[in-house]
Amino acid sequence: MTAGTVTPYRAGQQPARDGFAQLLRAEWTKFRTVRGWVIGLLVALLVMLGLGLFGAAGSNGSCQSTSGGPTRSGQGCFTAPPVGPGGEAVSDSFYFVRQSLAGNGSVTGRVTSLAGLIPAGNGPGTATKPGLVPWAKAGIIIKASTQPGSAYAAMMVTADHGVRMQDNFTGDTAGQPGAVTASDPRWLRLTRSGDTITGYDSADGTHWTQVGTVALAGLPATVQAGLFAASPAYQAISESLGGGENGTIAPSQDTAVFDHVSLSGASPAGTWSGDYVGADYGSGIGGYHQTGGRFTVTGSGDIAPAVPGQAGGEDLTVTVFLVGTFAGLIAVIVVATMFITAEYRRGLIRTTLTASPRRGRVLAAKAIVLGSVAFVTGLVAAAAAVFLGTQLARGRVYVFPVSWLTELRMVVGTAALVAVVAVLALAVGTMLRRSAAAVTVVIVAIVLPYLLGVVSVLPAGAADWVLRITPAAAFAVQQAVPQYSQVTALYSPGGGGGGYFPLAPWAGFAVLCGWAALAVALALVLLRRRDV
Amino acid sequence: MRLPVPANTGPADTVPALADTAAARPLGLAEALHAEWTKTRTIASTGWLLLAAIALTVAVGAAAAAGTSCPPGVACQVDPAKVSLIGIDLGQAVVAIVAVLAISNEYSTGMIRITLSAMPRRTVVLAAKAAVLGALVLAAGTIAVLASVLAGRLILSGHGFTPAHGYELLSLGHGPVLRAAAGSVLYLALIALLSLGVAAAVRDSAVAIGIVLGLLYLFPIVANVVGNAHWHRHLEQIGPMTAGLAIQATTDLNSLPISPWAGLGVLAAWAAAAVLAGGLVLRLRDA
Repeated sequence: MTAGTVTPYRAGQQPARDGFAQLLRAEWTKFRTVRGWVIGLLVALLVMLGLGLFGAAGSNGSCQSTSGGPTRSGQGCFTAPPVGPGGEAVSDSFYFVRQSLAGNGSVTGRVTSLAGLIPAGNGPGTATKPGLVPWAKAGIIIKASTQPGSAYAAMMVTADHGVRMQDNFTGDTAGQPGAVTASDPRWLRLTRSGDTITGYDSADGTHWTQVGTVALAGLPATVQAGLFAASPAYQAISESLGGGENGTIAPSQDTAVFDHVSLSGASPAGTWSGDYVGADYGSGIGGYHQTGGRFTVTGSGDIAPAVPGQAGGEDLTVTVFLVGTFAGLIAVIVVATMFITAEYRRGLIRTTLTASPRRGRVLAAKAIVLGSVAFVTGLVAAAAAVFLGTQLARGRVYVFPVSWLTELRMVVGTAALVAVVAVLALAVGTMLRRSAAAVTVVIVAIVLPYLLGVVSVLPAGAADWVLRITPAAAFAVQQAVPQYSQVTALYSPGGGGGGYFPLAPWAGFAVLCGWAALAVALALVLLRRRDV
Repeated sequence: MRLPVPANTGPADTVPALADTAAARPLGLAEALHAEWTKTRTIASTGWLLLAAIALTVAVGAAAAAGTSCPPGVACQVDPAKVSLIGIDLGQAVVAIVAVLAISNEYSTGMIRITLSAMPRRTVVLAAKAAVLGALVLAAGTIAVLASVLAGRLILSGHGFTPAHGYELLSLGHGPVLRAAAGSVLYLALIALLSLGVAAAVRDSAVAIGIVLGLLYLFPIVANVVGNAHWHRHLEQIGPMTAGLAIQATTDLNSLPISPWAGLGVLAAWAAAAVLAGGLVLRLRDA
């Protein structure tokens, strides 16, 4: 149906109502007057919401508490972790040998050894053997108070990651690399000037290198400064295909030896005291003894962001409330495919293309109408699922706090995901003209990779690639908590706390957009070249 | 593409002319089977789709086997049979298309009216469709499963999963592997029946395939996020795919949510319910 070269006769009247707005209106009329499609979208909305609430309700049955606050009613219940200055859930338990430091000043120390104990076998309560977990850490710290979750900056030596400067749980800067030994000790120094804390390291105590400078907003005039030791839980992650990944988590401990410890500034106390910070949240293993200028500090726990999934399913992320997206997507894909294949089946496509011979515009109008309708459906469903799910989970199970910006990204991202998938389904439907094949292709392209990658059927490496290159990469917009390089955990898309994707949220979404753009381009070519 | 023809009932012209016998007796199951077989084999898409199901099943299984390795010193719990047969996850979607189209195509072209005029006993029509489809899927499934097991055996033994490392070579002479292989073929046939039943009930192919794939894929996804262990287990026990694929497990049977044959029984119950519902709707509704 290509346009003729010469039109010998043209009617006197203006060809009215053929603008793009009219085309949009025509497509919108087609959409809203087919009852089955409207019902289909309502079904999509309801299953998205319903399954999300099911996910929230099905997450816990044993630890019910109506009092709000930390839920600690019995064995197996999760202790709500403290919240750091940035609003994220954190681990903040370690052994702290400290003095008060009033006003500006500095703390210096030399670490000559870092050793520790890790579990010898699997599971907690077994014998221990010498060893260190990769992020076992000890060093000097300036902390606003001994309250878990309070602001801090620290210079530390670690087992496998050299000297680090860390602050406020999420900040992490690398210093001198390499492990510490008696012949190769590390000097560490922190200086406070107002709200600004600067960290230095040195190999010999005379040549100092600045590692980093951080500003801790609202640091009180008198802070706690001193030595600390912490050792995160030991994790053995064994991977099994077809059976999921299993992690063994058990406490570990480390012991650091310090000398040349000095505190400069106006210190009112002048004597050292040691205690375990955040004992409610940690194993409580720790202690210190001082012989002359030599301190031996033993500690356990971690000063780092908390990650979900370490409490055996008693904590969850907002992502769980969006699990209904899959069911909603299937309904949206069916409707979106039928939006074009029904025209082919009924022969309406001939009327459509006769009325508007520029076929690209027809496809564009269909995509816009469908995309908008799907976006609104997804937005309403995702917003309601997140809001109601959070309400439903409150007091029953711990939901990891996320900023409102993250929540907004998850909700809007889910809506955009639904919209783009609808356009993808429209394009595939245009290409194949047969609804059964088109629906299957789109569902298999989006839901199956997620299933294979996330429900721990594929080995981790393969799952990573599946979630990078297939349209399922877009589910990264639903990732609630970021991955922290300074915390060892099972960062998999599926099991445990879950919801970690190999790509950044919008990068994953861009992969889906790429697929959709490719499908639309192919559909355009075919629609133009092919007879109806 | 021609598929192997099982015991052909003879050329079409041996069937007595309709006008002579219609008054005497309604057409029986044999004629219905013949008619359905003719319809199925003369549609080009049937052959191509079954071929695609075989190819995708084997390709995904081979790719999964190729991606499976066990670094030395790590305790891997790999179930070689399950890895080799993982392509069924994808192959079943194509089988579902074949099954849905077997009946939805008739509705979309209007053929169903001719079919039901010629053979007014609607349950016989559905039974004939189920029989033809079941036989085709069993044949295609057997090829797909045998090829997958062979590919898995060759590839996995090259990746260190050898008797020397404590893994048995995949062999159909090994009881659990034979059960996994035969069960996977039956699984595909049951998926076909489930899809046929759903399609008979809802008529439209897009809606039918959406419902079938939703039933299959949603149970494992929802079960995955439900933290409560009991709910998780129950979801896996009632889901047609999660329960049915228990048949593929050959190691660590105690950790399965449901025992292999009981799981296949759950899927059979789903398929029976769908075919019953489809048959009932087909009888009660105008075509």
